[in-house]
Amino acid sequence: MKDQQHQPRDLDGNAVTPGLPMAMLAEVTHRCPLACPYCSNPVELTRAAQELTADDWGRVFRQAADLGVLQVHISGGEPGARRDLAQIVAHARDAGLYVNLITSGIGITRDRLEELDRAGVDHVQLSLQGIRPDMADRISGHPGSWDKKMHFADWVKDIGFPLTINAVVHRQNLERLPEMIELAETLGARRIEVATVQFHGWADLNRKALMPTREQAAFARQVVNDARVRLRGRMVIDYVPADHHAVFPKACMGGWGSTGLNVGPDGTVLPCHAAQTITWMRFENVRDRDLGDIWQNSDSFNAFRGTAWMPEPCQSCDRKTVDFGGCRCQAMALAGDARATDPVCSLSPLHPQVVARAEADAGADTADLIYRRMRKGD
Amino acid sequence: MNAQPAAIRPAALIRPHDIPYLPRGVRLQDDRVRGIRVLQAPERAMQLDAIGDAILGELDGSRSMAAIVSTLAARYNAPEDQIAGDVRDFLTGLIERRMVFVRQP
Repeated sequence: MKDQQHQPRDLDGNAVTPGLPMAMLAEVTHRCPLACPYCSNPVELTRAAQELTADDWGRVFRQAADLGVLQVHISGGEPGARRDLAQIVAHARDAGLYVNLITSGIGITRDRLEELDRAGVDHVQLSLQGIRPDMADRISGHPGSWDKKMHFADWVKDIGFPLTINAVVHRQNLERLPEMIELAETLGARRIEVATVQFHGWADLNRKALMPTREQAAFARQVVNDARVRLRGRMVIDYVPADHHAVFPKACMGGWGSTGLNVGPDGTVLPCHAAQTITWMRFENVRDRDLGDIWQNSDSFNAFRGTAWMPEPCQSCDRKTVDFGGCRCQAMALAGDARATDPVCSLSPLHPQVVARAEADAGADTADLIYRRMRKGD
Repeated sequence: MNAQPAAIRPAALIRPHDIPYLPRGVRLQDDRVRGIRVLQAPERAMQLDAIGDAILGELDGSRSMAAIVSTLAARYNAPEDQIAGDVRDFLTGLIERRMVFVRQP
């Protein structure tokens, strides 16, 4: 029977049932004028010559919509680095997808933003590296970024796009979280996402300079709680706390291969943006296979579906369908084993070491940053 | 979308004469793969049940919540008080998430 031959199985051979994805992250380029030291792109960046064309993206978007995807997050790098960004956006809208544009605001002129409006961008997310030029320009490694960003935010408001501010927080800017929230209000944002740096890839190279202290994590929680009460009905605050200080891990991606997928600049399809840190795993490419086939049948997407693959202490834990054992990439980074219980979980045997290392990094006496750069010749 | 349990009913963010509407960037859409209706909004696609879809389908940017409640009560032959509570709680939840806006008449 065909169905039996194609029964999806996890990495131990247990049968799994793929669901339907809701959202897709489209990283249309790794090129970016900024050099943020916590960039979520892989340390090995994809070159421009390897990028999918706008028509390739159109095909991928149609396959995604057929698969059940409702929203696409067009990101990068800086998506504005693609001269054909409006065409990419138009393809996504033609496929019936809701288009979130995730941008630094650098390199998109007012004329281009109006072009993107006509192409059908539904919602703009503007990243924030800090407050005011001193901090924002230093963290982003781009002199003048703050002023350009504030102009961009004005244009977003003039055109009328719904706006979300994406504030990435860490030890060097957490004290100024209240000002970031005030800025988002001033800019007329409907939402602010306050995301603590996730220590993968580039950010992992900068742990000693960026790891928040326990006191900062508690301060941020209080600021967010107070602001949610004050701003109820006016602005939404989504908050990703520092999980090195948590009791239980994040439900990363809402479960591996369950609701989301990521397509990189060259067409590589990943269960999450950091999945390539699991170095033994092989990933498929939309140049070779249909997106639906990859979602349903690839070893990478099926590897950690369901709960049967989980080791102890997850296997007997009643939270196994709440947080799915946490983040596979973090398990790889901290335990050296992508199958392990996420070591930020207080039930992990490695937890005391993780906490001790986070405390040591948080107390490190350095603010020096390793900026994200393409290697020479890229 | 499930109705909120009465025990944790939050303070209403809309009054009967207020006019609720879907702002730019929020729209009702068919989900052809799952065969349901969804409310598409920034960073979020909310799956709607028949009640949620019926309520949001009435938001035309010109009628007040009270007028919408009357329409729904007549259509479903239900007590207006009950419909009013359900509509108010449902819309309050969406106003909190900035997926529904309100303007004064």
